Amino acid sequence: MLNYLAYAVAAWVFLWGLYGIVTSKNLVHQVVCLAILQTSTYVLLLAIGFKIGGTAPIFADIPVGTPVVDPLVQALMLTDVVVEATVAALLLSMVVKANEVAGTVDPEELRILMG
Amino acid sequence: MSSRQRTTLFLIAVAGLAPLFAWGFRNLPPMGDYRGPYGYAVTQVAVYERHATDVVNAINYDYRGFDTLGEEFILFASILGVLLLFRPSGDDHKGKKQAQVEDALPVSDTLRVGMQAMAGTMVIFGLYIAAHGQLTPGGGFQGGVILATVPLVVYLSGDVKTFEAIVSNPLTKLAECGGAGGYAIIGALAMLGGAHFLTNFLPLGQTGDLFSSGTIAVISVTVGVEVTGGFLVLMRSYLREIIEERLQGEE
Repeated sequence: MLNYLAYAVAAWVFLWGLYGIVTSKNLVHQVVCLAILQTSTYVLLLAIGFKIGGTAPIFADIPVGTPVVDPLVQALMLTDVVVEATVAALLLSMVVKANEVAGTVDPEELRILMG
Repeated sequence: MSSRQRTTLFLIAVAGLAPLFAWGFRNLPPMGDYRGPYGYAVTQVAVYERHATDVVNAINYDYRGFDTLGEEFILFASILGVLLLFRPSGDDHKGKKQAQVEDALPVSDTLRVGMQAMAGTMVIFGLYIAAHGQLTPGGGFQGGVILATVPLVVYLSGDVKTFEAIVSNPLTKLAECGGAGGYAIIGALAMLGGAHFLTNFLPLGQTGDLFSSGTIAVISVTVGVEVTGGFLVLMRSYLREIIEERLQGEE
């Protein structure tokens, strides 16, 4: 059971992020929830790539052939960490504009005002 | 739809999602029992084929270089979007905003000196991380973020003028665009020699040397330039009004 715990954590983080987005009363909060939701993919990717006894896939000071964890999933999430930050910045700039236009950051009120 | 209705709908959806999750995770190997052949193969060949000891970056900037190019353009497009949304508008609501900007907090000497001492170290560290991506953990993405944090440290030390000078420098936009374009150009250069797009065409050098691994090191640095420029442009866009207020306050 413990072997599957990491996958359960990924699902757990994903669902709480989703719950936050659904129930959010503030657009800034909603963007943060989306960022949290996205981190669940990091947990999942790293869990899939992990190997018992494996070390970091850097062969600067270890011989080739040493058991290492999967570098591919690390490469996937590495680029995403930075890209995700800029996407969050884009979303937050939309929140600023929404606040300027509608005077509120509550998605509920925003709907009524712009409806 | 009321928030209660929405939550109910969410819970129903989650009830449907739960079996899907369980079904999706069912055939995954237990954690630690890694079975992917691709990761295994690439760790075996990367050091010999590409003379790069950091296999993660060998994948990022070479084996899956095209993928990373796409990611880079997501970054580029997001920053472009922020610039577009925050472009200076003709109608000035300055009077309204002036009331919102609080007075700058007094900066203690400890904070100021500490931050200024830190800024120099961070520049060196960021350059080191960005330049050694092919050898040790790091590379353009990480180094770029560290370098872009330096002006924020300067800002924290209370030196708004220097911060403004750094982030409003036209070079930041050049770095942002040149970094993104440079990646694509390096890829296209390989095609001049008749090879495929993003082929590693530079001499690979001695494994473990700073100037090794061919285009991996070059692309890593290019990405570093882009990330640095991009984040500086972001800071400028977000803080422009506050900076203007604070600079006016200082005069």
